[in-house]
Amino acid sequence: MKEQIAKIKENASNEIENSKTLQELNDVRVKYLGKKGELTAVLKGMKDLSQEERPVIGSLVNSVRDELETKIKENEETLKEQALNEKLEKEKIDITLPSTKIKRGSKHPINRIIEEVEDIFVSMGYDVVDGPELETDEYCFERLNLPKGHPARDMQDSFYVDPEHLLRTQTSAVQARVMMENEEKGPIRVICPGKTYRRDDDATHSHQFGQVEGLLIDKNITLAHLKGTLEVFVKKMLGENSKLRFRPSYFPFTEPSYEVDVSCFKCGGKGCNLCKQSGWIEILGSGMVHPNVLKMNGYDPEKYTGFAFGTGLDRLAMFKYGITDIRYFYTNDVRFLNQFDRKDVD
Amino acid sequence: MKLSKNFVKDYVDIGVDIESLAEDMTKVGNEYDSAEKLINATNLIIGEVIECKMHPDSDHLHCCKVNIGKEVLNIVCGAPNVRKGLKVIVAQVGAKLPGDITIRKGNIRGQESNGMMCSMLELGLESKFVDEVDKTGIHELPADAPVGEDPIKYMGLDDEVADFELTANRGDLLSILGMAYELGAIYDKPVKEIDLKHSEIEEDINKSFKVEIETENCNLFLAKKALNVCIKESPDFIKNRLIASGIRPINNVVDISNYVMLETGQPLHFYDADRLGGKIAVRMAKQNEKLITLDNIERTLDEEDIVITNGKEAIGLAGVMGGLSTEVEDDTKNIIIESAIFDGVKIRCTSKKILRSEASNRFEKGLDPNRTYMAAERACMLLEKYADAKIAKGTVIYDKANKEEKKIDVSFENINNLLGLEIPEEEILNVFRKLGFEYKVNGKVVTVTVPTRRMDISIKEDLIEEVGRIYGVDNIEGKLPVLPTKTGKYNKTIREIRNKMIGLGLNETMSYILVNDKDATKFTTDKFEPIRLLDPLTEERNTLRYSMIPSLLKIYEYNSDRNNKDISLFEIGKGFGKVNDEYIEEEKLCTLISGKYYEGIGNTKNVDFYILKGIVEELLDYLGYNGRYSFVKPKELSKEFHPGQTATITINADPVGIMGKLHPKVTSEDVYVMEINLSKLLSKKVGKMKYKEFSKFPSIKKDVAFIVDRNLESAVIEKQIKKSAGNLLTNIEVFDVYTGEHVAQDKKSIAYSLTFSDSKKTLTDDEVTGIFNKVISDAEKTLGAEIRK
Repeated sequence: MKEQIAKIKENASNEIENSKTLQELNDVRVKYLGKKGELTAVLKGMKDLSQEERPVIGSLVNSVRDELETKIKENEETLKEQALNEKLEKEKIDITLPSTKIKRGSKHPINRIIEEVEDIFVSMGYDVVDGPELETDEYCFERLNLPKGHPARDMQDSFYVDPEHLLRTQTSAVQARVMMENEEKGPIRVICPGKTYRRDDDATHSHQFGQVEGLLIDKNITLAHLKGTLEVFVKKMLGENSKLRFRPSYFPFTEPSYEVDVSCFKCGGKGCNLCKQSGWIEILGSGMVHPNVLKMNGYDPEKYTGFAFGTGLDRLAMFKYGITDIRYFYTNDVRFLNQFDRKDVD
Repeated sequence: MKLSKNFVKDYVDIGVDIESLAEDMTKVGNEYDSAEKLINATNLIIGEVIECKMHPDSDHLHCCKVNIGKEVLNIVCGAPNVRKGLKVIVAQVGAKLPGDITIRKGNIRGQESNGMMCSMLELGLESKFVDEVDKTGIHELPADAPVGEDPIKYMGLDDEVADFELTANRGDLLSILGMAYELGAIYDKPVKEIDLKHSEIEEDINKSFKVEIETENCNLFLAKKALNVCIKESPDFIKNRLIASGIRPINNVVDISNYVMLETGQPLHFYDADRLGGKIAVRMAKQNEKLITLDNIERTLDEEDIVITNGKEAIGLAGVMGGLSTEVEDDTKNIIIESAIFDGVKIRCTSKKILRSEASNRFEKGLDPNRTYMAAERACMLLEKYADAKIAKGTVIYDKANKEEKKIDVSFENINNLLGLEIPEEEILNVFRKLGFEYKVNGKVVTVTVPTRRMDISIKEDLIEEVGRIYGVDNIEGKLPVLPTKTGKYNKTIREIRNKMIGLGLNETMSYILVNDKDATKFTTDKFEPIRLLDPLTEERNTLRYSMIPSLLKIYEYNSDRNNKDISLFEIGKGFGKVNDEYIEEEKLCTLISGKYYEGIGNTKNVDFYILKGIVEELLDYLGYNGRYSFVKPKELSKEFHPGQTATITINADPVGIMGKLHPKVTSEDVYVMEINLSKLLSKKVGKMKYKEFSKFPSIKKDVAFIVDRNLESAVIEKQIKKSAGNLLTNIEVFDVYTGEHVAQDKKSIAYSLTFSDSKKTLTDDEVTGIFNKVISDAEKTLGAEIRK
């Protein structure tokens, strides 16, 4: 009987080891350990044994059973692992095939610039305000010290829709609105980005273009404050190494007036084709708010002073992104637009 | 304004070259376009042609020997006027001529050529300044021209010119004298006095000539008379200075009027006294009055034009152009000199219609009445000297002009406060002195007397600007104003909309708001009048857009023409129109999509109505309009839209936009557009975002498929289902629409998934089945629906 058990053990162990699939393994388990299995049959045959032999054979059979079950379990795990690996192997894909595209939109470069300018000034406490693009002659010119027939109106050939209404030639028009709407005639800190229009159309001028206007009115405001503010703006916009140069100029709504040049960000001021060898690039118009403008819009120039500045958004965008033709902004070729689909470096 | 250095040196000493001068002027606010020598050529020498033979291998070239003093050069020349004995300008080997030309040793068809004989055109003079001879051949110097010397110096063209782009307020700089004062202030040099001395004859102009001014648009009019003028060529210095200033010399008399205008800034007009008669009257033109101007064109005038008349009829357009009938001609003997000031605004209007000229430009910018007197006298002085004129005694004067010098008080504190600088008092006074302004100091206040030439200065801020200009503001230390801390406000909603649309995969565009008038009324059935420009640049852009769809469609077409596929665009911008006689300007959001929206393997589906609808819903949900919007069949549809695939977007039944497919007559491609009136949409208030308790009890889902008439809209069925089901129905979704086999021709199958839940308890099957059965039986009764098994 002992030999019989040893034989079963040996055969079963071999068959367990040789099982290549879970099914085979299960078959082995049924063959030896099942209700009708060979080892179970041995247990059943124990009734013919003597009193002395029964416990000995019984315990032998149980230990063989335990041993075989452990073996089956071990092999079962190995086989399961194998089966999983096979399944994973079958699921292998070509990871270099193209993705299902999640469409990525893009932000128009001029609006990128506007948002950037807004963020800089909002952080300095400026409100962003808006005004009509179809403006009155009064707000676009007259309230800015540019009466009808003023020769400076030539600088801004305009699109009129009737004798009193025109497409605004400058975002400065919003200056007068903000001053008029300020009922307490108190301090003002605003910028106004937006579209402007002039009767001009060539490679460097578009009849529609973007501008941003800034206006600060308070007590004891000086030219130094204008310079300081523009320095912050230009450094954040075009790089920390930018330097400013103030050149006296003339705008009817500021006195004194200055054009502001920034050191060329391409060559750093040494002279290159971008700055036409001068080292400087004209970028802003600015000045101290003209007392007549303050007066005309309800402010007492003896109590308040202020500064105003304006810059072209198209130009800023051209400099910042290296765009060579102003018309690209308005033709909206998707091959152009798609290049503005990412986060810029901070 | 072209500034001739030789010319201005008559009045102020200048020790620097023209580039430095131009840079120094820029620093005080006068920008320049160019600054260079009048003749920008090197290595030129006067030569004499001592031998001139035909080239053996050419029918037009000549082989010449040219004596340039130090040697005799062999030069091959193609000019028809080259000949033996001619004095010429020779560009020697190594000479640089305008247009990047360098003269090299050459061999022309086998003949050596060591230089070039030049015309004035080749030396860079504009063609309006050169003789006919120079246009076809080489320049011919006078017979007594000194061989071996510098021809440019010999001709008096050794001048330097800076072309300034002046600001509109500095009319005073449109004169050599004004420039002299400005340069005098920069270089701290005095300005020399102008020579006005001339003699007078017994004849008194006031006895024979009258001036009548019948309009307030002329406040100063002077007339003088010059007799027995001899009309001939001007002396070289006058001609050369006119050329350097960009004005073509004509004859001594005409040249003198231009010369004086350049010097003083005061335009003059000379009349043939004998043709004019004994009187000038200035008045506004009559409507449709006719005048033949100098250029022999008949002009039709209106009541805004100032005219000069002889008392009967118009003989000139004041400040703009003289008339043909009284023009100074070669046989003119006696001259009436007009020196006057006309209203700048009126001149501006007239000159815009007729001709912008050197004269009209000066009237527009304003003139100094003291210069009006000066110019009249200066003209007499020059006519006497260079046209042998006799000057009649006296001047006919009409003078209502204000010639008072302004006195302005400004304190040292004012100046330093506004500039944010600490300029010492003596430095400030020094600036006024350099500018030639008289001043008196009273303690801390300076009273500055502004000369009449500086019409741009009228308030203390103007004086502060002068100090800043001449002293320089480059050394101002920038600082930030110390102001109360506050956060700036900006339009966050517009930015969020933009970011949402970008997140949905659309390219943001920026288009022109000007469209052509035909497009301006398309894509909408709104009642408005399109707004046209009075003076458009082109007819393609003559009207303000109302809808943005034409703009985006143009962009689509542009891209489509360039084979850019799968277009999805959006733009936030303004639309304009006139409604009830008022201009309206509204913010709009426009979207256009075409081609594929999803890309990648297996995504072959093109954009359709529902993808765009999804985009719109996504945006409206994001903005908080969930549950308030609907897509309804438009009451009225513009013919640019597909009649069966277009919806009006409403919020609480109020239309805020339109979306749909474009009509095949508009574009043959499948293009879907959407436009929302953001001004209108955003005026509809949205509640704050708030957490709402969700049901902790399980929900139950039931599906049902109805067979209904093919044209029955899902919205109608949904509405009926909601009505039947009541509050416990928490969600309803269409999950299948089917037509075809097993469904009758005029029917469709539409399947809904209904979700029921109760926030207070677990729903029982019986409860839900009860509601579900009611939904079905109601649908059968009211919609004629049939259950699809």
